[in-house]
Amino acid sequence: MRAGRAAGDLAFRLGTGLFGLVLVLLVAAIGAELVRQSWLSIETFGLNFWRTSIWDPVAGEFGALPFIWGTLYSSMLALLLATPIALGIAVFISELCPNRLRPPLVFLTELLAAIPSIVYGLWGIFVLVPAVRAAETAFPQALKSLPFFSGPPFGLGMLSAALILAVMVIPFTSSIAREVLKSVPVAQREGAYALGATRFEAITAALYYARTGIVGAVLLGFGRALGETMAVTMVIGNSPKVTLSLFAPQHTMAAVLANEFSEAADDLYLNALIEIGLVLFVITLVVNSLSRLLIWSMARSERQAAATTVVPAAESAA
Amino acid sequence: MRPGTGRRKRISSVFVAFCAGSVLLALVPLAFVLFFVVSQGIQSLNVAFFTHMPAPVGEPGGGMANAIVGTLILVGLGGIFAVPIGIMSGIYMSEYAGTWLASLVRFAADTLNGVPSIVVGVFVYGIAVLPFRQFSALAGGLALGIMMIPIIARTTEELLLLVPGTMREGALALGATHARAVFTVVVPSAAQGIITGIVLAIARIAGETAPLLFTSLNNRFFSTTLTQPMSSLTVQVYSYASSPYQDWHRQAWAGALVLVAIVLTGSLLARFATRRLESLSPR
Repeated sequence: MRAGRAAGDLAFRLGTGLFGLVLVLLVAAIGAELVRQSWLSIETFGLNFWRTSIWDPVAGEFGALPFIWGTLYSSMLALLLATPIALGIAVFISELCPNRLRPPLVFLTELLAAIPSIVYGLWGIFVLVPAVRAAETAFPQALKSLPFFSGPPFGLGMLSAALILAVMVIPFTSSIAREVLKSVPVAQREGAYALGATRFEAITAALYYARTGIVGAVLLGFGRALGETMAVTMVIGNSPKVTLSLFAPQHTMAAVLANEFSEAADDLYLNALIEIGLVLFVITLVVNSLSRLLIWSMARSERQAAATTVVPAAESAA
Repeated sequence: MRPGTGRRKRISSVFVAFCAGSVLLALVPLAFVLFFVVSQGIQSLNVAFFTHMPAPVGEPGGGMANAIVGTLILVGLGGIFAVPIGIMSGIYMSEYAGTWLASLVRFAADTLNGVPSIVVGVFVYGIAVLPFRQFSALAGGLALGIMMIPIIARTTEELLLLVPGTMREGALALGATHARAVFTVVVPSAAQGIITGIVLAIARIAGETAPLLFTSLNNRFFSTTLTQPMSSLTVQVYSYASSPYQDWHRQAWAGALVLVAIVLTGSLLARFATRRLESLSPR
């Protein structure tokens, strides 16, 4: 009887464990399959694939520099716009707003994350892009000599993409930042107030205390921005160029996949596209893992700290 | 010299105003998107949208009946792939929380969650389209399923961890095996939450376009054949939005409205259910 029980428990453990293993295998399989399917391109071009910027499938020339540039540039810009706002939201919701206002505000910011990418894209094409075009046209001539604002006003381009990405990234960064702030011990803030700190001083102290997790939250938003596909594809103009200009149509790794994948006629072209997918996979994997690691190490050091303090941190449960 | 109290207070007020301003600033695009989707979408949303096939170019009217059915089938397929794997791996993560394999599974779930949806599409193209030289609804469903798995797994894990340990211990003390304790006591008490988690995952995944672009592709005709390309709301909205025709733009807005309604319903449902569940648990 005892033995039967132990066997049953073991079967349960193995059974559920196997399903868990499926997730691990899936991640490995994605990596392996992408390498396998892009091998032709990796072999043919080597590192030059990422150093050259001429993308001409007809002539068989594949340089992916403009795509990696567009992805990094648009995500960085989105991050610059989104981070202060996202942190402001996190601080407001977790530190400043009345308790009754909290649930609806959380819900509304999370709704931003729930709206499908394609809907943002549709809105981008018909509402945002015309507005951006008008703004670009009205832009003071004197500033147009700067590399950031050169070129004709298309509307479709880097600026529209960065704006829409920023909106889409804000909810991710702010919800993680909120959780991280929650894990800062209440005593830490009370101490600051007791010393006569203003709200700003107490909260910046809390933010400083939570800096590892905050960086993690920002990185998580970055990871989201890197992989975002539909909305960006629809507003960035899809033109492979390496330029600093915010007004210029550019391209991203995800967008070129969405645009050209089903048209890729020959093997080399398809392999080249899949290699772009592979690198996108690797970059997001690294960024996300780093971000998780930071958030996790913050949560862990917090638990250890909470275990040793006399005043139990009421809200420290992650 | 230390800044005076007045100045410190002013800085603090500016900071508070900035934070409140951020919230408003983020709500502006939300309001704008919802306003345009509703006001534009409602004009073309009628019964025909749900019951008719797409009209040819130049002909007004028509609907997205094939795309709506397609989305339902694709999401259903995704659920069939994802629900068992998601729930079982969620159970593993919560029941064996301290083990190295649980940590690895959790890491894999978070990684999978962060994989760009377009990359999932490329992966499924490689394993389920290329070998058969055929775009198919099955491939599309698989892609959606892969995206659902980590969401369901993590929700299940989190909800099971909310179940008081005393309930598990009570079942074990009564002589239940571990499996029995989990399946007859722990999982049922979190069942409502898990089901809502699945509803939320389905609602989110119904709005995905990128993983379908080169797996289930699109289909101008009504099709329920799983081995053939299948239309979906999102891909249809995408192709209409990038077309030059006014009529098709209107249809795209109507499609967007339906998508937003699906996601909104899912989110609201999940919100109320989790709130109820949290009020049940002791903390």
